[in-house]
Amino acid sequence: MPTQANSASLDGLHTFPRLLFQHAQVRPNAPAMREKYLGIWQTWTWSEVSERVRALACGLASLGFKRGDNLAIIGDNRPHLYMMMTAAQCLGGVPVPLYQDAVANEMLFVLQDAGIRFVVVEDQEQVDKMLEVKEQVTTLEHIIYDDPRGMRHYNQPFLHDIHELMEMGRIHDRNHGDFLNREVEQGHFDDTSVMLYTSGTTGKPKGVCQTHAAFIAAAQGGVQVDNLGADGDILSYLPMAWVGDHLFSYAQALVAGFTINCPESGDTVMTDLREIGPTCYFAPPRVFESLLTSVMIRMEDAGKLKYKMFHHFMDVAKRCGADILDGKSVGFGDRFQYWLGNLLVYGPLRNVLGMSRIKVAYTAGAAIGPDLFKFYRSIGINLKQFYGQTETCAYVCMQPDGQIKFDSVGQPAPGVEIKIADNGEVLVKGPMLLKEYYKRPDATAETINAEGWFMTGDAGFLDEDGHLKIIDRAKDVGKLSNGAMFAPNYIENKLKFFQHIKEVVCFGHDRDMVTAFVNIDMGAVGNWAERRGIAYAGYTDLAGKPEVLELIRECVEQVNADLVHDSMVADSQIHRFLVLHKELDPDDDELTRTRKVRRNFVAEKYKVLIDALYAGKSNQYIETEVKFEDGRRGKVAADLKIIDAKTFPIVKKAA
Amino acid sequence: MSKKIGDVILDLQNISLRFGGVKALTDISFNVKEHEIRAIIGPNGAGKSSMLNVINGVYHPQEGKIFWHGKERKKMEPHMASRQNIARTFQNIALFKGMTVLDNIMTGRITKMKSNFIEHALWFGRARNEELEHRKKVEEVIDFLEIQHIRKTPVGRLPYGLQKRVELARALAAEPSMLLLDEPMAGMNVEEKQDMCRFILDVNDQYGTTIVLIEHDMGVVMDISDRVVVLDYGKKIGDGVPDEVKNNEDVIKAYLGAGH
Repeated sequence: MPTQANSASLDGLHTFPRLLFQHAQVRPNAPAMREKYLGIWQTWTWSEVSERVRALACGLASLGFKRGDNLAIIGDNRPHLYMMMTAAQCLGGVPVPLYQDAVANEMLFVLQDAGIRFVVVEDQEQVDKMLEVKEQVTTLEHIIYDDPRGMRHYNQPFLHDIHELMEMGRIHDRNHGDFLNREVEQGHFDDTSVMLYTSGTTGKPKGVCQTHAAFIAAAQGGVQVDNLGADGDILSYLPMAWVGDHLFSYAQALVAGFTINCPESGDTVMTDLREIGPTCYFAPPRVFESLLTSVMIRMEDAGKLKYKMFHHFMDVAKRCGADILDGKSVGFGDRFQYWLGNLLVYGPLRNVLGMSRIKVAYTAGAAIGPDLFKFYRSIGINLKQFYGQTETCAYVCMQPDGQIKFDSVGQPAPGVEIKIADNGEVLVKGPMLLKEYYKRPDATAETINAEGWFMTGDAGFLDEDGHLKIIDRAKDVGKLSNGAMFAPNYIENKLKFFQHIKEVVCFGHDRDMVTAFVNIDMGAVGNWAERRGIAYAGYTDLAGKPEVLELIRECVEQVNADLVHDSMVADSQIHRFLVLHKELDPDDDELTRTRKVRRNFVAEKYKVLIDALYAGKSNQYIETEVKFEDGRRGKVAADLKIIDAKTFPIVKKAA
Repeated sequence: MSKKIGDVILDLQNISLRFGGVKALTDISFNVKEHEIRAIIGPNGAGKSSMLNVINGVYHPQEGKIFWHGKERKKMEPHMASRQNIARTFQNIALFKGMTVLDNIMTGRITKMKSNFIEHALWFGRARNEELEHRKKVEEVIDFLEIQHIRKTPVGRLPYGLQKRVELARALAAEPSMLLLDEPMAGMNVEEKQDMCRFILDVNDQYGTTIVLIEHDMGVVMDISDRVVVLDYGKKIGDGVPDEVKNNEDVIKAYLGAGH
């Protein structure tokens, strides 16, 4: 079993409820949470939060919530839902956050697997989902909702308004004064603090049980490396069911004592980001990508002077920006130009992005294109990568200030040990390892080997400075029929950095050449087409335009030209590709909820296209069923053109 | 859904409206009950919009009587309609395109402002307190209709479906007891229509607002209305709950043509 942090080092504050009540004593009037409501940022101080958590915990207890019970949490990032997590932990229960945009049937498995008796949801939409599956989740007893809107005609006795629950709790607390303190006292650092379900790229989701000690250790390590203090602000907008959000918005916030800010709604995140100006920001590469895309699109439409100024200073930034941020020595001329650029371009740009106050910005979840990464660092945003899984509290490697390598995920974080297995797989040991998979001892045994190493499933290597480089998923790394290594992710990421390309899926394992499916970025390509006067009627039409195919071909050929320089991957140049007629979508099971491509599923579903790619056909007809958001189904059909891309001779082999 | 439909609050008796020699409405009588959703349907040119204009005082019928809460209503101007808590939206969106969503919705509060324009210009005393209070109400409407993300966007830059929603927001900001909606779903796609339906039902349910709406989408009308009145060539040819109207011979004829 994994080693656990010893409790002495945590000053007795070794569970999250204890941390919360400690903050309420030390900094009662400092802001703990903010939420924008009716256009105004409402603030809860630490003492207010702790009062509410007390009330919620006692409320849960009076409904019969017991030690060991699991509490499902479903909704957007709302203060009350975060408070509910602590409330459940106070009673020795385990919060189980679920992805809120999943449909009822997708939630069913987790609800059954975790034997959920209590569920707290955000609003009517989620209540309806719960009512839909209630029959099948036989253990489900109580549903608590945060937002009472639209709930007037729901009079089922098992539905509870969260405010009523708090009232119940306050009465309970008055009558049993020391009940809650006793419950909190019983909490142990080795108890499971949260259960996060893996997104299920492979098979059914598994519940990852993490202890208080694991998440606290991970949070402490992160706070220490990046010097995060109690004066910080973070915007909490990523799904609560994701380990990243749990680490930053929950564990780190409670360890360091900074403020979490909940956006008004999913659509207002950008505005809220600008208003809050967080000091610590976390987003998957995809978000940074789309931010950059939107900046680039707007620059295309800017006036001549602005356009020239932007590109001039971006060149300056590319030359020396990252070095200045890393504190390396830079010539006076460049330094002056950068200073000027900071005044005219980078500063305002950071402001537009809502990153003026950023101390550190993180990205993880997928590999980030080096150019994208460089862009943010060069304009003075301290963007870092880190590496970790749900099973490791998203805490394995971090990039310390001044030692950023664009193509690595950093050095092992404090307390973490790393080893590379013979087959190239990355193995990890440390205090942040999972306790177990919920009710799945078989899976637990499979993933933690006899010596206590967790097998990440990622292929990578440590470079001469001890930085970890991740190539791909170990199981995705394949071989071309001539024996050369084929790392699809590596090629796909190179392509995805082009603003016109949103998603790519490459094929090549056991084949004589590499081929690809491409999804265009509707925003960027749409804008590009408009400026050229190309009329189109939706995604399918746009994706089939000869001009667009030509545009994508140029991107592919640039990547080929780039690949040929690296002997490891020179054989993986893309020979043929096609642009898919529909966007890959989690609703159609093609992406996971965290928007990773489900490679095998896609390969299976579009087998006819792959066959056409390798059979040398020049076009292929396909009809695909799609699911709309409201559950209806429809069909998309198109005759897809298959394009041959220019490849470059491999120098080494010719020689 | 259990909903309480109250007494008749608006009673139109034998209304006739002429523009010169053109008869727009002929001898039409119907009533609207408190808290209900009342639909007016009919083919193009049937006189539906004229009917709505009669209700809020834009047109004055030559014949007939209008009773509002049991009292006969004399000739009335549109601004008086808003003082009587009747608000409306238009078939062709009538928003201020250059103003932000927020400012547009604020105009819906105009009849409720008491301070004069000098106080407003100086942002002084009660004008300030008043505006804060109005802003709060407007923010509630913004929250209700889920348009937070476009609060500061000029209306002219919004897609059609959202503009329609903003127009509804402005009408709601006036806290009307009766809401007149002129083709709220015209030109919308299925998803936008579903959203709009939900909002109309929510308004009716949450605020108890009486709603009179004109709509062409029969599916929508039959789904959400409590009672439907059917006009054709300025005459009333049907009146009743959706099921009755659906099976009314005259109505079928008017919609599908004679001899069907």
